[in-house]
Amino acid sequence: MLQTNGEKVFNVVNYLLLIVVALLALAPFLHVIAQSLSSHRAIVSGEVGLWPIEWNLLAYNEVVKDNAFWRSFYVSVLRTVLGTFVNVALASMLAYPLSRTYLKGRGPIMFIIVFSMMFNGGIIPTYLVVKSLNLINTFWAFIIPMAVGAFAVIVLKNFFQAVPEELEDSARMDGCSNVGILFRIFIPLSMPAIATMALFHAVAHWNAFFDAVLYIQNRNLFPLQVFLRELIQFNSTNASLMDNLERQMIANESLKAATLIAATVPILLVYPALQKYFIKGIMLGSVKG
Amino acid sequence: MAKRGTTVSAQRPAHLKVAPELPRKGRIPEAFRYWDLYLIMVPGLLFFVIFKYVPMWGTLIAFQDYSPFAGIRNSPWVGLEHFERMFNSKEFYQVFINTLLISLYKLFWGFPAPIILALMLNEVRHMLFKRSIQTIVYLPHFLSWVIVGGVLINILSPSTGIVNEILKYFGIEPIMFLGDERWFRSILVISDIWKSAGWGTIIYLAALAGINPQLYEAATVDGANRWKQVWHITLPSLLPTIAILFLLNLSSVLDVGFEQILILYNSLVYSVGDVIETYVYRVGISQGEFSYTTAVGLFKSIIALILVVLANSATKKMGHEGIW
Repeated sequence: MLQTNGEKVFNVVNYLLLIVVALLALAPFLHVIAQSLSSHRAIVSGEVGLWPIEWNLLAYNEVVKDNAFWRSFYVSVLRTVLGTFVNVALASMLAYPLSRTYLKGRGPIMFIIVFSMMFNGGIIPTYLVVKSLNLINTFWAFIIPMAVGAFAVIVLKNFFQAVPEELEDSARMDGCSNVGILFRIFIPLSMPAIATMALFHAVAHWNAFFDAVLYIQNRNLFPLQVFLRELIQFNSTNASLMDNLERQMIANESLKAATLIAATVPILLVYPALQKYFIKGIMLGSVKG
Repeated sequence: MAKRGTTVSAQRPAHLKVAPELPRKGRIPEAFRYWDLYLIMVPGLLFFVIFKYVPMWGTLIAFQDYSPFAGIRNSPWVGLEHFERMFNSKEFYQVFINTLLISLYKLFWGFPAPIILALMLNEVRHMLFKRSIQTIVYLPHFLSWVIVGGVLINILSPSTGIVNEILKYFGIEPIMFLGDERWFRSILVISDIWKSAGWGTIIYLAALAGINPQLYEAATVDGANRWKQVWHITLPSLLPTIAILFLLNLSSVLDVGFEQILILYNSLVYSVGDVIETYVYRVGISQGEFSYTTAVGLFKSIIALILVVLANSATKKMGHEGIW
């Protein structure tokens, strides 16, 4: 295709602007990575930009030696794995019957689910329910209060509806039970949707911190996000304190940077998979039924 | 298996929605035949009842002087006292204004960002370049506000932050961005755009991919250049998506992303940064004023419900399928 001069200029400008946008998206991270690998001296004197000065791995060494970090890491991994499993299992078990047109009473149940997305009781009444169930300061406070996502139920229901009915009929002819059909036919066939929902929930579990702030006071149960928050806020709230105390905390700047990066790495590792599935998942959500 | 499946469907015309035949013993009511399907719904339904509907019922404490010891049954009723306190409270007034302002700023600056970015990406013909840029700009979406907040506190620090180092280079005095009332809201808006603009392009890029390429071919034949094609084909095709997303955003105007604020704010900027949810959390959980803050939360939930219903009927009026 022939390009006019105007189009050529436009293309160059467009490409340059997009590169700038991408750099802006990345720069804060490059800076923090650079800090985590730099010496205390270089950070305090403000020499560190996007490239580490006086390379060293001392900060990461400190992070790896910190028991509290590993305990929080473990809590986060456990809640992500278990929580995601519960999310996907319960959502499928709710979505499948709702996708069967021959089942009675689907309308009211669907309404119960959709209405809960539009109106909620708020933070305090939910907190009181969690409290009255004695979930405060237990690991289950991470799992049970967010056990089912309404959005996942709707997406999976629509996906199950698109599976050809004949498959259900033939499985039934072969003597498969109603529930068996779900686990042997529908779930294997719906793996793209299920994987997408699993990733949605996994990211939500890994990143969640407000439920822990609300429900958990026991430090042994702090997930990584709360551990990080404490580490960060310790500095920001005390930033205006006395000079020598401040200087002492600045010395921890590279430690903080290293902890931030260490907590980000798991997400970065699964990011390629995430990106691929999530984009499909967004499209799944747009199918209505 | 597939073969058998087709014979079954051949016996039963597709337009007749009849329940699959099961071996019957006498007359079993329809519902009992699928008892196991009802049974597997129970855990999920219990969740919705306990964690969504019991709290709705729990909002009754907004009309009580709730005490955790007396419980909801025995706490004294006080009518609309908490709502009166709320509407007469200067503090709540400020919180409400903050919520609206932050939300509208985010809408005003943040809503066009993904549209512009998507249009720019759409004009890129080099697929590898396009995909690389997409991968990079989606990334911030997957990081928690704790991490993004940590990065922000790091780069905005008045003593060691790189932003202030750059300002110093230009001879500008260091600014305590996160402790300064004049800067706090701008930081909220900018960091929100930074985190979500890239991810927000996905839905627009999907809409752009759905545009019939023949339209562009026809326009080229008619002598329209790239600018004119964007103006007369791309933008009009995007308009329904833009309108629906705008309405959706407007209807959630009271949701300001309070995790972000909870991470970033401190007592220095309460006057500009405290929003309904952080206020409920602060006064409700930390100070134990359950009834009053439930009233505040209920007020927010009701407005949100009204706005969603309005947005839905508005999208239907515009001739689109509603949100539900």
